[in-house]
Amino acid sequence: MRRTPKDTAEGARIVNRRGLILGGAMAAFSGLLIARMRFMQVEQADEFRLLADENRINIRLVPPSRGLIFDRRGVPLAENEQNYRVVLVREDAGDVGEVLARLQRIIHLPEEDLQKVREEIERRSPFVPVTVADRLSWEAFSEIAVNAPALPGVAPEVGQSRIYPLDQDFAHVVGYVGPVSDYDLTEGYLSEDTDPLLQIPKFQVGKTGVEAKMEHDLRGQAGTRRIEVNAQGRVMRELGRISGRAGDNIRLTVDSALQNYVQVRLGEESASAVVMDCESGDLLAVGSAPSFDPNKFVRGISVADYRALLENDHRPLHNKSVQGTYPPGSTFKMVTALAALEHGVVEPDETIFCGGYKELGNRRFHCWRRGGHGRLPLVNALEQSCDVYFYEIAERVGIENISAMARKLGLGERHDIPMSAVASGLTPTKAWKRENRDTDWLIGDTFNSGIGQGFVLASPLQLAVMTARIASGRAVAPRLVRPLDAGEPDPEAPLLDIDPAHLRFVREGMYAVTNSARGTARASRVVADGIRMAGKTGTSQVRNITAAERAAGVTRNEDLPWDRRDHALFVSYAPHDAPKIACSVVVEHGGGGSAVAAPIARDIVLQALYGGTPPLDAYPTSQRGTIRTRQDELPLRDPSSFSIGRIRA
Amino acid sequence: MSYLEYTVRRVPTGPAKVLYLNWPLLVLVATAAAIGFVMLYSVAGGSMSPWVEPQLKRFAVGMVLMLGVAMVPIWFWRNVSGLAFGVSLLLLVGVEFFGDVRMGAQRWIDLGVIRLQPSELTKITLVMMLAAYYDWLDIRKVSRPLWVAIPVLLILLPTALVLTQPDLGTAILLVAGGGIVMFVAGVHWLYFASVFAAAGGLVTTVFWSRGTSWQLLKDYQFRRIDTFLNPDIDPLDAGYHITQAKIALGSGGWTGRGFMQGTQSRLNFLPEKHTDFIFTTLAEEFGFVGGMGLLAIYALIIFFCIASALGNQNRYGAILTLGIAAAFFLFFAVNMSMVMGLAPVVGVPLPLVSYGGSAMLVLMVAFGLAQSAHIHRPRTRA
Repeated sequence: MRRTPKDTAEGARIVNRRGLILGGAMAAFSGLLIARMRFMQVEQADEFRLLADENRINIRLVPPSRGLIFDRRGVPLAENEQNYRVVLVREDAGDVGEVLARLQRIIHLPEEDLQKVREEIERRSPFVPVTVADRLSWEAFSEIAVNAPALPGVAPEVGQSRIYPLDQDFAHVVGYVGPVSDYDLTEGYLSEDTDPLLQIPKFQVGKTGVEAKMEHDLRGQAGTRRIEVNAQGRVMRELGRISGRAGDNIRLTVDSALQNYVQVRLGEESASAVVMDCESGDLLAVGSAPSFDPNKFVRGISVADYRALLENDHRPLHNKSVQGTYPPGSTFKMVTALAALEHGVVEPDETIFCGGYKELGNRRFHCWRRGGHGRLPLVNALEQSCDVYFYEIAERVGIENISAMARKLGLGERHDIPMSAVASGLTPTKAWKRENRDTDWLIGDTFNSGIGQGFVLASPLQLAVMTARIASGRAVAPRLVRPLDAGEPDPEAPLLDIDPAHLRFVREGMYAVTNSARGTARASRVVADGIRMAGKTGTSQVRNITAAERAAGVTRNEDLPWDRRDHALFVSYAPHDAPKIACSVVVEHGGGGSAVAAPIARDIVLQALYGGTPPLDAYPTSQRGTIRTRQDELPLRDPSSFSIGRIRA
Repeated sequence: MSYLEYTVRRVPTGPAKVLYLNWPLLVLVATAAAIGFVMLYSVAGGSMSPWVEPQLKRFAVGMVLMLGVAMVPIWFWRNVSGLAFGVSLLLLVGVEFFGDVRMGAQRWIDLGVIRLQPSELTKITLVMMLAAYYDWLDIRKVSRPLWVAIPVLLILLPTALVLTQPDLGTAILLVAGGGIVMFVAGVHWLYFASVFAAAGGLVTTVFWSRGTSWQLLKDYQFRRIDTFLNPDIDPLDAGYHITQAKIALGSGGWTGRGFMQGTQSRLNFLPEKHTDFIFTTLAEEFGFVGGMGLLAIYALIIFFCIASALGNQNRYGAILTLGIAAAFFLFFAVNMSMVMGLAPVVGVPLPLVSYGGSAMLVLMVAFGLAQSAHIHRPRTRA
C-alpha cells in the first residue's frame, strides 16, 4: 500500500526511538550479566575453585605394609607377600553377571565363591570395589590385565597379604590376621580404634596372638593418595601421594629352632611347654600342641577344616601354654615348702612321719605311696614327693601364706605378654572361697592346696615363671618381645623377698628329684659334664577313680578313657649350679609327670642349652639307644628354614 | 514503503552489492562461530570429532546461505514472509505427528537431508511475519486494539504449538521476541505495561495450579523452577546441572584455568557441555576475561544490527533487523542467565557457539536477512 512521506518519516522516527530504547534495555541487561559474572568469577572464585577441586579430587587411603615379626635371631615368623587379586566395581561393570561370566573364562572361580562375591557386590555400595578373586598366579593376573577392556569394572590390583613361613610352629604365639569384622569394631578390641584404615573392606587386622595384641605397632599409618576422578567416579590420574608409615617390625624372644623342636617333641599329644631364660625372663619357646596352620585362616579357612579344628578333642585352637590352667599337682610343693620355711613353721632338717596318710577328723588324706615314706626331712619329701609331709606343713603354715608365696613366685598373676587369653590361674584364699563357693575354707582344702590339687590353678607359663624364680632367686618376669636394637643389657630382675638359704633347700630337693636314687624323675636325669638338671614332677587329677571303677578292676590311670586320665606335669631348670633355662611341660591326660612329662622336659632343656641336638652322652648310658632313635625320628624342620631375615628398625 | 519508493532512491545492484555488505557484522558473526569451534574442540578433549567438524561444515553451509539470502532484495523477503511463517507453522504441526523424541521433547523433524527443529525456524519466521505485518499496517492503526490483537495471535499460535512439544525455552523466546517486534513497531507502551501486570498474575496462577488437576506446567518444568530457586534441594539430581555449571563458571576466576584445563568440563561434571552449557566451559577455561570477550562480540553484533536498523528508511528492513537483534540477544541473554543461575534451565543454546545444526543455520539465515536489509536500504541520491 502507499504511504505518505509524512507517515513514513513518522514510522521511522518511532522505530528509531523504540530501537534506541531496546538497545538501552539490552545494554542494561548485559550490565547485569557482567555484574553477575564478575561476582561469581572474581569475588567468589576461590570458593568455586575449592568446590571444583572437591568435585574432582578424592582422597584414597593407601594401606601401610604391616610390620614383620621375627624371632630372637631374626628369622621371620610373619611376612608380607605380594597378593595379586581382582576387584570389581558394580557401577562400572554394568551387567555384573555378564562380566563375572567373562572373568570365569579366564580364571576359574568355584560356584560357591562366585555366589559369595555376588552377595557381597549386592550388599556394598555400587562404587565400592569388591574382591572377586585373590592370590592369583602371575599368569592369570596378567591375562586379566590384558583383557581389561572387555571386563568393565574389573581392576587387577596388587596387595599384600600375610604369610607365616613357619606355619604350625607359631600359630599360638604369633596368631594370625584376618579381615576386620563388625564384631571387632563394635565390641571387639578395635571398638575404640578410629583409624580410617579399618573402614577399608576386608582390611587385615590381627585376630589372635601377637598379631592382635600388638596390632597398633604392627599396623602402621595409612598413606593418602590424592586422585582426580571424573563425574562418574573413575580415576583419571594421581595428583600426589603422602606416604604413610609402615608398621613397626617386632622381634620376639622366642627361638624358632627351639620352638620347632618343642612343637615336634610334643607331637600329637595334647600338651604344652614353656621354655624361659632364668635371667632375663625371655620366653625362648611357648609351645602348644596340637597346632594348626595359621595361613589357612588368612586365606579363608574352609568350613570343613574349621569344623575339624573345633571338633578335635585335643583342641588345637586352644593355646594351652598360657590359656590352659591346671591344678599344678606336686609341682606346687616348692611353694608350700618355701611358705613353711619362710614362716618358720618347719625346719629344713626337721623330719615328719609319713604313714601313707594323714587323718583329719574321720577322713584320711592319702599319700600317693600307700605304704608311706616313713620319717623324712624337706629335701627328701621333695625328692620323693611325699604328700603327707606337705599336708602337715601346709596345715602349719595356712592357706593364706601358701597363696601369698604362690603369688610371689608368679602364680595367680596374669603375666603381661602379648598373647591372647593369657590366664591368671588361681591361688585360692579363704576370702576367695567364701566369695566364689559360698562356703567356708576347710582344713582339707588346705591339705589339697598344699599338694597343688583342689582349687589351685596354674598355666604352664606361670609354672615356668615359678621355676625360673626359684632357680634364680630373682623376680624374673616373662618377656616375649625384645627391643630391636640390642642396646644396654637388661637390668637384672630384683631379688625375691625370700631367704636364699630356704631357696637353696628347695633347689636341693629339686636336684634330688632328678638325680638321687629315690628321685621321682631319676630316669630323666642329665649326666653331661657340668650340667645337671633339677626338676619336680607333678600329676594333677582330672577326677578321682571311683569306687565302682576300682571294683571293676580299674586301679591304674592308664586303664581310664583318655579324657579322664591325669595330667602329667614337670617343671625343671638347668644347669643346676648356674640356672639358665627354666622349663615347664604339661601333657594333658598324659598320666604321671615322671613317666610322660619329665622326658619331654629333659629333651627340651638340653636342646635349649646346647642350641641344637644335644650330644648323646648328656643322657644316662642305658637310655642312649632309645634317645638316638628318637632324635633321628623326630620330623624337625630343615635348619635352612630358619634363615635369618633382615631386621629393619 | 513499497517497491515504487525504491525507484526514487539509490539501491546497489548486481555484484556491487558485496561492497555494501555489513562487513563488521559478518566478521563478528564469524568470530563468534570461531570461538565456538575452539570451545567445542576443548570440550571434546582436544579433538575435532565429534563436534568441531560437523559444526564447521554447518557454518560453511550457513555462510553460503547467509550470503545468498543477503544478495536477494529485501522486498522479496518481505513478500515471502507470510509464506515462510505459514510453512514453519505447518512444520510445527508436523513435528507433533512425525517428530523424533529426543531428550524427552518432540523437537526434531527428519527431512532426510537435515534434521530440522521447526521451533528454531519459527523464531525467525515469526519476526519476518510481524515485520511484514507492521510494514503493511497503516502507522496510525498500530495501537488500535484490533490491530494489536492480530500480531498477538500470530505470536501465540506458534508459541502454543511449541509448548506442546514441550519446549519452554523456545516458547519464552517466541513471546519475548514477538513482543519486542511489536514494541519497536510502535505499539503503545500501555499494552506492554498491562501484559507485564498480567504476566505477574499468570505466574502466580501457575504456581497456584501446582498439584491441582489443572496444573499448567509439567512436573519437570516445576522441578526445574524449584531447583533454580534453590539448587541445593537436590544437588545430585535436578540441581546438579545448575550447581555444576556455577562451580565451573565460578572456578574460572579472572583469567580462567587455561585452554583445555577446565576440570569441570574435562571430567564430565558439566552436563550438556557442548550445547546449552558451553558458556560455562568458556568461562572456566578463559575466566572473566574470556566470558567478557564473547559478551563484547555479542554486544557489537547487536550494536551493528541496531545501527543498521536506525539508518534504514525501509520499515520492514528496520523492524526485521531490530527483531533479529532482539532474538539474538534473547538467545544469549537467556542462555547466560541460565548458566549463571539467574534463570531456570530452559534449554536455550548459546547462539553461534553451541553445537547444533538448526540453531546455527537459522541464525545464519537471520543474519543474511539483516544483511539484505542493510544492503538494500534506501539511500538518498547523492
